[in-house]
Amino acid sequence: MLSEVDKKIVRAMQGDFPIVAEPYKKIAEEVGITEEELLARLEQFRQDGTIRKFGAVLKHREVGFAANVLCVWVVPEERMDEVAANMCSHMAVTHCYDRNTTPDWPYNFYTMIHGSSRENCEEIAAQLAEENNLSQRTMLYTGKEWKKTSMRYFCE
Amino acid sequence: MYKLTDFDKELLNILQGNIPLVSRPFAYMAEKLGCGENEVIEEINLLKREGYVRRIGSFFNSDKLGYRGTLVALKVKRELMEETALFVNKYPGITHNYEREGEYNLWFTLLTPDDEVRQKIMDEITSLPGVEKYMDLSARRKYKINVQFMLK
Repeated sequence: MLSEVDKKIVRAMQGDFPIVAEPYKKIAEEVGITEEELLARLEQFRQDGTIRKFGAVLKHREVGFAANVLCVWVVPEERMDEVAANMCSHMAVTHCYDRNTTPDWPYNFYTMIHGSSRENCEEIAAQLAEENNLSQRTMLYTGKEWKKTSMRYFCE
Repeated sequence: MYKLTDFDKELLNILQGNIPLVSRPFAYMAEKLGCGENEVIEEINLLKREGYVRRIGSFFNSDKLGYRGTLVALKVKRELMEETALFVNKYPGITHNYEREGEYNLWFTLLTPDDEVRQKIMDEITSLPGVEKYMDLSARRKYKINVQFMLK
């Protein structure tokens, strides 16, 4: 269970990390603990997976990945782990989820594919299909992005 | 637009990994890059200003914080798309809300601290006049959630 101090740490760490010489000192002051205590707790968070990434996320369009697509697949349950391992190993694939299906939606495996263009995304998907011997997929291209933000926990 | 130098690319590659948990993390990075701490700080601020960076910070595992996430797909009447999308946008637990091609044309992610809140939000959204049907596609397993682009 998370303590109240932990929640304060999450709240202070989930925004933009201060780009200053001693950023942890600044955050520790905000939380009301010492820099050493903060660093020790963050180390634990990192080790137990509470923090899954601590670094920069780039704007993909600006760094040359102009196109992306949510590509959903029908993967036989018994081949799920093997297919997931293959897809995860591709740099162009940034997210891999196994999800519930519904009666009119047989797709159970979700991948985000990033490429230089829509054609490039199609090529990558075709390659993934071939490597994994998958015949059923749908490419869900993004239209308007109505919202894209980072989650703010413990602010309800 | 500002053009990335080799130094910037190296810096962005390091920054996409884990920021060190030491008192002066940018001095630590500077040492690896063979430059000064100030240079690193100034360059990161430049890259942020120039719009290369979406966010520098911690990304938490929502499960570990006691939150439950799902992906919801809506089939929305074309003429009611805007008002439906704007209604969906107002929930803080909904962080991504995109129109997509296909029969299900509005897709959003939802993170909630408990099932009661989650059910209330789902009820409010799925009873909107623009929503014809919906799918609640919660994850069974997450194999990869890491956006990292190595720049060459």
